[in-house]
Amino acid sequence: MNLILDYYNYWIVVFLMMTGFYIVISANNLVKKVVGLNIFQTSVFMMYISMGKVAGGTAPIVVDDNTLYSNPLPHVLILTAIVVGVATTAVGLSLIIRIKRAYGTVEENEFEHEDDAI
Amino acid sequence: MIEWIDLILLGMLALTALRVIFLKDLFAVVMLFGIYSFLSALVFIVLDAVDVAFTEAAVGAGISTVLMLGTLALTGRTEKENTHSKLLPILVVSVTGAALIYGTLDMPPFGNPDNPIHQHVAPRYIEDSPKEVGLPNMVTSVLASYRGFDTLGETVVVFSAAIGVLALLGIRREEDNNTPESGFKEHRVLQIVAKITIPLVILFALYVQFHGDFGPGGGFQAGVIAAAAFILYGLVFGLAKSMAVISPMFLRYMAASGVLLYAGVGLFSMMQGGNFLDYNLLASDPVAGQHYGILIIELGVGITVFAVMLTIFYAFASQTERSNIQ
Amino acid sequence: MLEQNLAALPIILPLIAAPLAIILGRTMPIWILATLVSGCASIISLQLLDTVLTTGVISYAVGGWQAPWGIELRIDTANAFVLVAVTAISTLVLLFSKDSIVKEIDCSKHALFYTAHLLCLAGLSGILITGDAFNLFVFLEISSLATYTLVSLARDKRCLTAAFRYLVMGTIGATFILIGVGLLYMKTGTLNMLDLATRIDLYDSSRTINTGLAFIIVGVSIKLALFPLHMWLPPAYTHAPSAVTAFLASTATKVAVYVMVRFIFTIFGASYVFHSMGMETILMLFAIIAIFKCSYTAAMQKNVKSTLAYSSVAQIGYMVLGISLVNVTGLMSGLLHIFNHALMKGALFMAVGAVFYRLGSADISAFKGLGKRMPLTMAAFTLAGLSIIGVPLTVGFISKWYLVTAALEQSHWFIAAAVLGGSLLAVVYIGRILEAAYFQEPDEANVAKISEAPLSMLIPMWILVIANIYFGIDTSFTTEAAQHAAELLFQNGQVMEVKP
Repeated sequence: MNLILDYYNYWIVVFLMMTGFYIVISANNLVKKVVGLNIFQTSVFMMYISMGKVAGGTAPIVVDDNTLYSNPLPHVLILTAIVVGVATTAVGLSLIIRIKRAYGTVEENEFEHEDDAI
Repeated sequence: MIEWIDLILLGMLALTALRVIFLKDLFAVVMLFGIYSFLSALVFIVLDAVDVAFTEAAVGAGISTVLMLGTLALTGRTEKENTHSKLLPILVVSVTGAALIYGTLDMPPFGNPDNPIHQHVAPRYIEDSPKEVGLPNMVTSVLASYRGFDTLGETVVVFSAAIGVLALLGIRREEDNNTPESGFKEHRVLQIVAKITIPLVILFALYVQFHGDFGPGGGFQAGVIAAAAFILYGLVFGLAKSMAVISPMFLRYMAASGVLLYAGVGLFSMMQGGNFLDYNLLASDPVAGQHYGILIIELGVGITVFAVMLTIFYAFASQTERSNIQ
Repeated sequence: MLEQNLAALPIILPLIAAPLAIILGRTMPIWILATLVSGCASIISLQLLDTVLTTGVISYAVGGWQAPWGIELRIDTANAFVLVAVTAISTLVLLFSKDSIVKEIDCSKHALFYTAHLLCLAGLSGILITGDAFNLFVFLEISSLATYTLVSLARDKRCLTAAFRYLVMGTIGATFILIGVGLLYMKTGTLNMLDLATRIDLYDSSRTINTGLAFIIVGVSIKLALFPLHMWLPPAYTHAPSAVTAFLASTATKVAVYVMVRFIFTIFGASYVFHSMGMETILMLFAIIAIFKCSYTAAMQKNVKSTLAYSSVAQIGYMVLGISLVNVTGLMSGLLHIFNHALMKGALFMAVGAVFYRLGSADISAFKGLGKRMPLTMAAFTLAGLSIIGVPLTVGFISKWYLVTAALEQSHWFIAAAVLGGSLLAVVYIGRILEAAYFQEPDEANVAKISEAPLSMLIPMWILVIANIYFGIDTSFTTEAAQHAAELLFQNGQVMEVKP
């Protein structure tokens, strides 16, 4: 029981990560791949935030001296990572728009040449 | 209680993610992603990460979803049947997942205050940052000061995204203002509501920008919100009008100047004889110096993020308008 | 002021130059700015290498916050050595690209090309210099985003799918690294590399740390294109503009190799990674397969850029092989090969770029008869090709020499044999191109177009070729630096440094 209480959060987060990862590598449609990438990354963010949590703690903004705060460092890291994620998404989606214009399709199995298979 | 909310939210997340795998309607997939992102923002709140939740809601549920929808408008909304074998992906994912589960078994227990990450490094942020940096929001202190170099990097990442999108799509200015798709010309109600909301949104963005030292928020969130106001303007009144208000060229300069403002603070502290980004040297009193430094760099972040988000929106929206006309 | 902040300048200079470039707006001034900045960065990195060799490690606290609370920049011989290669190649490529990109990239995008190049340089320098595991991730993403942009700038539409594949694989790799760093952080509470090293030592039988190691190694292997995770690399290098390929082939994957070295030796410690986890067998296996499989595939390609791209994957195999031998000479040969391979591949891709500039194609058939018509370009190609093969008096020979020595030190005869076998395959894939160039007549249609490449391309190309031969004869500078770096890395893995 203790094991479950200690780790349930991480286990579900691992499941979410793997769902996202699966969508990335199995999806045929490029937009869906990008969605998968985002789900994958967002789940990794949850892993970071989970470890920063202190039971009974509160958000790391000073209230008074005797308050228990959660760890601010993972929050900072993930703020940065979210921004990195949206930057990658924007570039990825722009590439998709260009691919659509050049090939007329965004389905992976429809690119004509061996060279173009993604 | 918190645990139960956490569990329910995580369960909803799992359902959403699973649904995405099987749906072929990409519009629904993207909407589900928006929901996923919003739910994860709620998880972040439950886990005390208010700043992160704010950002995730604005970026994941907001900007990313809008960009994905914009892309779908150009690429079509259904996924075709997939001929690839599913075996390899399932194998890869199972192995990776098993490795991670194996890794969790020695993890420090969830929420335990004795965990290494609460004992090492972080205590200084919690105990000393209000004195050393002088801000009540520790996340802002760590983000802008202790790990200010990361945040400079983050601003540069955003800037790189703008370079990438500009190189790939470019922004086409519509010379002809009479394009039928340009905005919701017929929707009076929408226009009036937008006109009332936009100033409030901008005001809120300014509040988030300058209140980030005390509560959740900061340059990044403010930039996104301010950009959202102009995106709304662009959607309702048409891209051409919105470009007349803020031109793409001006946005380029803004994006660059935000990064320069941030890096400039670093250079200035170097000239004062300190290390790069050492805010202590910006004023005679170190804490005041920290305060000025954080204020300026957050402004730099805000400017760049605003300009880049709007640039990306212009680039995507001008693609849509072009294809509509064709 | 400059003296004190020297360590941060290779990152800060290009980082500031990129937004300045956007403000300048016009291509010519941007090109001058980019070249100057890159040149300054290479002079600074030489100075830094000199300093670390004479006075030891440089530590620089960004923002004045001491590690592990703030972000530390930490320069030792290993990263200073790679930094010299990266900044020098960047400068030469910028000189080369002025004419090269005219034929390969739309005029309206030249300004963005230089800006992205600067961002990429800033990212790569950041990865090299930083002493903080998370900061490394941030710089990795700066360089990656710039790289995706650079690859997608070519006129050929195939660059788009190549760039997208690169983006997906690259992001998966970066996310794996992020997961790995997260697991380490969870267990140790720190992100500073040295601090991590000290504290991982306390926990190195932990399953969480083991998993963290696995994720980081897999993530970095994607970034450095280790077989079988290399599938993004050949299309990206084949379809990107030549100047971009010349830059990326000689820097981006090399920096990823450095990241692997840094994680294995400095953070985890060689004894943990190799003795407790047995990583060396896996790495060695994949490295040897990479050498043979990809050298063979290289010989099958019709496109010369594609041949060289597969050859790059094979060469990365040699670097990883050196690391997996777990001795100082092996690691040294790996580091040496990072530097030397940058010289060879830079020169080769520039030569191909020059051919592309004149003929608009990089197929082998385009190379027919070039030996007479573009003698300087083809001479450069030949010399750099000999270096890839590992002929004595070239740098390629030096790195293979040390690799074989390292293998024999461990009495791994089969590895020595594998290195020689790989070289034979290199004879085949380089030989095919030389045969077309020197023993075949050009196609009628092409005759009119062919003339020697412009000086702006020949000069950087020949600087690299001369470096190939110079450092192949006078090896004292490179071997000394690599030797010193390797020894230091091994010490890090065993003797824990006590933090002040």
